[in-house]
Amino acid sequence: MLLTVLLLYGLIISDERAQTLSYHSILLGRLGFYGILTLGAGVLILAGGIDLSIGSVVGLSAVLFGVLMSKGVAPAAAMLSVILLGTLIGLMHGLLVTGLRLQPFLVTLCGLFIYRGIARYISERQQGIPDEALWLKELLIGGEGEGARNQVLILLVLAVLIGLILHFTKWGRYLFALGANEEAARYAGVPTARYKIFSYILCSTLAALGGVLLLLEAGSVNPTTGGSLLELYAITGAVLGGCSLRGGEGSVPGMILGAAVLPLIRSASSFRNIDSNVEYAVIGGALLLGTIGDELLKRRIKG
Amino acid sequence: MSNPVIEARGVSKRFGGVAALEDVSVRVFPGEVLAIVGENGAGKSTLMKLLAGIHSPDAGELLLDGQAVRFTGVPDALAAGIVLIHQELNLAENLSIAANLFLGRESGLLLNRRRENQDTQRLLQRVGLAVAAQRIVGSLAPGQKQLVEIARALSRQARVILFDEPTSSLTQRETDRLYEVIDDLRRQGVAVLYISHRLAEVHRLADRVCVLRDGKNAGELARHEISHDAMVRRMVGRDLKQLHPRKHPPSQNAAVRLQVQELSRAGCPHRVSFSLRAGEIVGLAGLVGAGRTELAETLFGIRPMTGGEVWLDGRRLTPRSPRQAMQAGLALVPEDRRLHGLILPFSIRDNLALPNYDRLHWLGFLRWGAVGRLVAELMNRLQVRAASPLQPVGQLSGGNQQKVVLGKWLAREPSVLLLDEPTRGVDVGARSEIYALMDELAAAGTAILMISSDMEEVLGMSDRVLVMHEGRLAGQLDRSALSEEAIMRLATGGSNDGSTAGRAADGVTALRSDYQR
Repeated sequence: MLLTVLLLYGLIISDERAQTLSYHSILLGRLGFYGILTLGAGVLILAGGIDLSIGSVVGLSAVLFGVLMSKGVAPAAAMLSVILLGTLIGLMHGLLVTGLRLQPFLVTLCGLFIYRGIARYISERQQGIPDEALWLKELLIGGEGEGARNQVLILLVLAVLIGLILHFTKWGRYLFALGANEEAARYAGVPTARYKIFSYILCSTLAALGGVLLLLEAGSVNPTTGGSLLELYAITGAVLGGCSLRGGEGSVPGMILGAAVLPLIRSASSFRNIDSNVEYAVIGGALLLGTIGDELLKRRIKG
Repeated sequence: MSNPVIEARGVSKRFGGVAALEDVSVRVFPGEVLAIVGENGAGKSTLMKLLAGIHSPDAGELLLDGQAVRFTGVPDALAAGIVLIHQELNLAENLSIAANLFLGRESGLLLNRRRENQDTQRLLQRVGLAVAAQRIVGSLAPGQKQLVEIARALSRQARVILFDEPTSSLTQRETDRLYEVIDDLRRQGVAVLYISHRLAEVHRLADRVCVLRDGKNAGELARHEISHDAMVRRMVGRDLKQLHPRKHPPSQNAAVRLQVQELSRAGCPHRVSFSLRAGEIVGLAGLVGAGRTELAETLFGIRPMTGGEVWLDGRRLTPRSPRQAMQAGLALVPEDRRLHGLILPFSIRDNLALPNYDRLHWLGFLRWGAVGRLVAELMNRLQVRAASPLQPVGQLSGGNQQKVVLGKWLAREPSVLLLDEPTRGVDVGARSEIYALMDELAAAGTAILMISSDMEEVLGMSDRVLVMHEGRLAGQLDRSALSEEAIMRLATGGSNDGSTAGRAADGVTALRSDYQR
């Protein structure tokens, strides 16, 4: 994985247009943004869940963030309420999956439509950010001429935090156990429902944070398209980073490397003058190759 | 008498290293109901599967109308008119009765629904099921589905119908209806093979009984010879070698650790009461499906408890989750270790540590040193044979896997250990190590409830045996009264006062009056 990322990076950096500071801060910004979403999706996937509503949650929170600020709510308060909404959405997903035993795929697929619909309902216009929120933008995204590099710092903090929980605490062991064999984990006394709900909350909360960042960085967000398809990017990043969709496998460093692949592919294809329309095919192809390679490697190890 | 429709002559079948059937012969005549009885694992189902073409024999031959045949699969057997009706029914729940009857045999390119429905209706009449052929199978009661299976067998011009525990999920009325249908089949000249654990049922239906024991023929009973005692006598009677001497017999006046009073669970009308003393190993015997696993899972908080009381070391316990039961001092080694007992891709270390993390952390952070020490100690104590603690448990042998399942509870020093088939699929060496460990734990004061279908194990390890039959405790046998015959009598729904039970009867106590607090 590291190799792939370095290779792609080498491919890009060999072009002299890329050898600038501003290019790098844009790239880091992208990595930060995708990385945050991938962390949420990755933890959820390794705990055995899935969330298809990430993109819609990003869209809804970006739009709601804008609407709240345009109604005169202080930017910091608006941000916190939006992130809280993400937490509540995650809690609801978790409760539906554990309490009613609905399938995560369906619950979050419904979410995908519902949150998008709400985003379009509460605001038909594109959402922008008022001047009062510029300090927040400077803080979270980066000031004039700094590109969007601060997002990568947010990612770093989150990654360290989640990495510690996942790989060094008993809670992390429970999440892995839950993803690998929910029944066996339950029989071993792991309170599985609680950890499942936690993983959904984490995913949606990070998606809501992503929505805030999206609006701050872009300056405006379209209620219809803002954030769409991001769930697929996040899931792709997590899977490329070694999270098995069967659950129970994955690591935070892997997720971050996986999250780096997509922005790098996009960047590389634009520098190599590859038609941007073919970009999706390249992403899909990379994912398929990665999956095949992973499977072959596993079979060889298992012998 | 006419010739047998189907006959197995000296058939043997091995699975891996285990002989399921050895040199078994059985013949069925037209218009006859032959019951096959035997303990768990006696080879009844394997014999049925050989006749139905699911397995083919390693040795011996099958004869159809006196001619040797070789079935290469179920279709061959079906073509010969032999139909197996499984314990779990094989119907497409989402299709109509008619569609199920003709599934795979639809004639022509387009479905002729009218004809299918008419034919189906006629068959349903024959089995006495008064519902429309268009009814969706999923909407029928279990007994009605059973009749649909029989109708399907008839639609295939079945000459031999094999029933594997057909009444296990039927109500009394549905069972009575099934008896009538089988009587009809007999009159129509169909040969019926019938496996059942319920000897009363066999008594009602069978013209002849074939008894299997350890995969071998163990005698045949003609109609007038069939009795509960005669069957049980032939089902049991192996030479039992001493497995593992109990070095530490329990003290008679040890404290009661687990007291279960009138426990009931969803889906079972019976209430169960018993108690376990410190240092006791109590066997829980019974036939497959008697509700033993369900009882253990209810105590461990996996299945909801609907009534009664559970007291653990004098404290009231209402188990709502395995976590709660575990924290109260219970531990369960589940029946299916690959599904419930272990996380197969996880390492030995991670499996052993999983229920113990609450003692291996500091503010949530794992204390790797403590984890390592615990795992090393457990692996050493259990003699787990593995390359390293980091080896995935999925790669271990059954015996070593089972040691890991047991080991993860040892560090918690449970007051009561529930073992569900503790040595199933475990090799002889690991088996005696597990027995030694059980003895050691009991000596240290743990109360052990051991569910087992292995008669040698029940007789060899138990200080006392509880026997379940169809969801209720049928009786209890003290060590002095312990015999295979006494256990089988209770497990098959017999009473304690049979003529051959004289030896056993003294030790059989009514459970309600036992251990009154």
